[in-house]
Amino acid sequence: MSGASPERLLFASTAQAFLEKEASLTRVRELHDAGVSFEPEWWRRAAELGWAGLLVPEDLGGGSVSGNGVEDLAVVAELMGKTVAPGPLHPVSTVLAGLVDAADERWREEQTIDENHSHATTIEALVSGDAIASWAVYEPGKPWAPLEPTVRGARTATGFRIDGVKDRVEAGSQSAILMVVAESEGAIRQFLVPTDAPGVRVEPQRSIDLVKRYDRVTFDGVKVDESAAVGTAAQTPTLIERQAQIAMVLQCAEVVGILDRVLEFTIQWASDRHSFGRPLASYQALKHRFADLKIWLEACRATTRAAVAEVAERSPGANLAVSVAKSYVGEYAQGMVQDCIQLHGGIGVTWEHDLHLYLRRATLYRSMFGTPEDHNLRVYGLTKELEPAS
Amino acid sequence: MTETTSAPTEITESVAEFAARARAWLAENMPRIDPTNPPAADRGEEEPWQRVRELQKRLYEGGFAGICFPREYGGLGLPIDYQKAFDAETRNYEMPMILNTPTFTICCATILDTGSEEQKRQHISAALRGDEVLVQLLSEPSGGSDLAGVITRADKVADKWVVNGAKTWSTSAFAADYGLLLARTNWDVPKHEGLSMFLVPMNSAGITLRRIKQVNGSVEFCEEFFDNLELDDDAVLGEVNNGWHVASRQLYHERRAVGGGSEFASGIGSEGKTDVPVDYAALLEAVGQADNERLQNIAGRALVYRMVHAQLINHVYHGVNDGSLPPAAGSIIRISHAVNTQLEMDTALAIAGSAAVVDGAEGLLRVGERYLSRQSASLGGGSTEIARNIIAERILGLPREYAPDRGVPFKEVKRNRS
Repeated sequence: MSGASPERLLFASTAQAFLEKEASLTRVRELHDAGVSFEPEWWRRAAELGWAGLLVPEDLGGGSVSGNGVEDLAVVAELMGKTVAPGPLHPVSTVLAGLVDAADERWREEQTIDENHSHATTIEALVSGDAIASWAVYEPGKPWAPLEPTVRGARTATGFRIDGVKDRVEAGSQSAILMVVAESEGAIRQFLVPTDAPGVRVEPQRSIDLVKRYDRVTFDGVKVDESAAVGTAAQTPTLIERQAQIAMVLQCAEVVGILDRVLEFTIQWASDRHSFGRPLASYQALKHRFADLKIWLEACRATTRAAVAEVAERSPGANLAVSVAKSYVGEYAQGMVQDCIQLHGGIGVTWEHDLHLYLRRATLYRSMFGTPEDHNLRVYGLTKELEPAS
Repeated sequence: MTETTSAPTEITESVAEFAARARAWLAENMPRIDPTNPPAADRGEEEPWQRVRELQKRLYEGGFAGICFPREYGGLGLPIDYQKAFDAETRNYEMPMILNTPTFTICCATILDTGSEEQKRQHISAALRGDEVLVQLLSEPSGGSDLAGVITRADKVADKWVVNGAKTWSTSAFAADYGLLLARTNWDVPKHEGLSMFLVPMNSAGITLRRIKQVNGSVEFCEEFFDNLELDDDAVLGEVNNGWHVASRQLYHERRAVGGGSEFASGIGSEGKTDVPVDYAALLEAVGQADNERLQNIAGRALVYRMVHAQLINHVYHGVNDGSLPPAAGSIIRISHAVNTQLEMDTALAIAGSAAVVDGAEGLLRVGERYLSRQSASLGGGSTEIARNIIAERILGLPREYAPDRGVPFKEVKRNRS
């Protein structure tokens, strides 16, 4: 956070203090033991610190201290990585990114915010932490392909009828509202569906993380009003693109926090432990591994920052920058944590040690919203497009 | 002669205005090129060196040389943003790229840090005018990594320094006017304390120069032998027996420059054909595999690394400037450059298949030939092993390697068995 404004620094230190007190590793283990993902009251207090409103303009009830909400959000995510904190920051932010842009577009067209169509009430509830929402974008048995939904949103007299199955919906069980990607009248649309609507069935899925939960959601003839549609059909691919960018930079930023913390305590461990009368950290074979870990950490930080900046600026290069970061961070992060486990020796593979908490989160993120292999192909394709024919 | 004023530069022009003026000037004065197919500038040939001196002179006369060097030494005294903006404008023009390293980014930068007023005025402005090319005379045939263990000697005989010994791996020394030579001036003290740096005219009597031929056929590197080379006191850069300080500045500037993070480099783009980034799409096309997803994936991975390397250069540059990373972080870029080069060469070789090893209609034997020199990027400018020691010890603060020569008078230190 070098070169950050005083407002940003204050915001970050407040967030950090809150996380250290209320989302420590001990707390994460307690939640896991109790079978709880996170406590809604805890999230409401996090929302009071402004975490849920960072992507939301002030006239819709949000705001960011630094004036750059995407960067502030990345700061929170990085801090959360340090204790692999629980909470619905990712799903709520991802949904808000879509809602806000859709509302913005409508405002530009109509010069007025119509409560029914702008989803202002939903946005307000999410910003305050009173409600939780999640993005239902994945479908069972299929890889990351947000623009190829099989869930259908058939037109009815008063709105739409949703049928089909989504899965890997983060915090689905805790969410009041889902933003569902569906095929409707030959186009891709997104609909806000209350989880208590008749025909919605939410079933938990096991996840590799201790507290991050995912659900399979079945939509069986679920009826929603016209106003459930988010944005126009023409606008939807752009909204999905933006939501995916937010989801991916949040992952990368959180992983940077994870790696920073894990490397820090692994170096400390290697400096304190002695074998053959000398610190582990004095062996060149290990020093060189630490050097590589440091290089990869700074590279993860560099590429994440670059992606965050491009997404914040809505630059035309944002898709490429995000895929570059997602590929690199995804390829390196969990391998780096595995290295740190090796450098710890036997204690590293015990349940008692915290390393596996970090490994779980890093491994989770490697594979969600596209694997490094998926993003390599995307980078190849985008680079080919960008290159001038010569 | 340049104006001699030591007053801080008053910046009257915005970056955008500067860039606009540069754009107009470049269009009028510099030769246009196709950046994807730059003219050859083989550092091993004589002609490119004449060419870049001429180009540098044009830049100087146009008022665009040494953007980040102080005005009193012939530069413009502007912040790096101006240099970056200028670089972006030069994309389609022929620039004196091979003068950047070592002349500007290492030698002039070090003279600026450690030289006398007279040395700064003489050498930096001569280089900016295109009148002087500089080279480093550091590594010796006896060993590369232990730089402070050099055994080339400079002995004071009457009022002259008399130099005897040998240096190697000096880039394009045959084309240089001056060299920065590290020699031992005191053998009775530990190795770092008995060294001095000299600014040596390369046409002096007593220097014999030989070219080194590398695997790829390049003859840019040289080896020099010194037989009773005589130098005056004013040839000393910095202080007598404080040469390690000067050498450390060179190494610092070198690490930044090798990774592409020096504000003293001017222009972007390749030095010549052999330096052009791999065009993976063209390569897949050439081997008839444009739609092969497996090859697209490995090409995509190499592109990811290339872009992350560029982002890392920027991140480290700003990190060192704002103090969030120590100056030794230049070694991060140095290693990233080596790793990136390895991956690029490996990926190109994998995609080209047999066309890289037996010349065919595809014309891709150059891919195989380029691969043979892959390790140069991991050795030049100090091996990556030494760079990893530096990161571990000076960035992470881990214990230093055991060194039996520490604190021991150099004459008592064990050396190579001959």
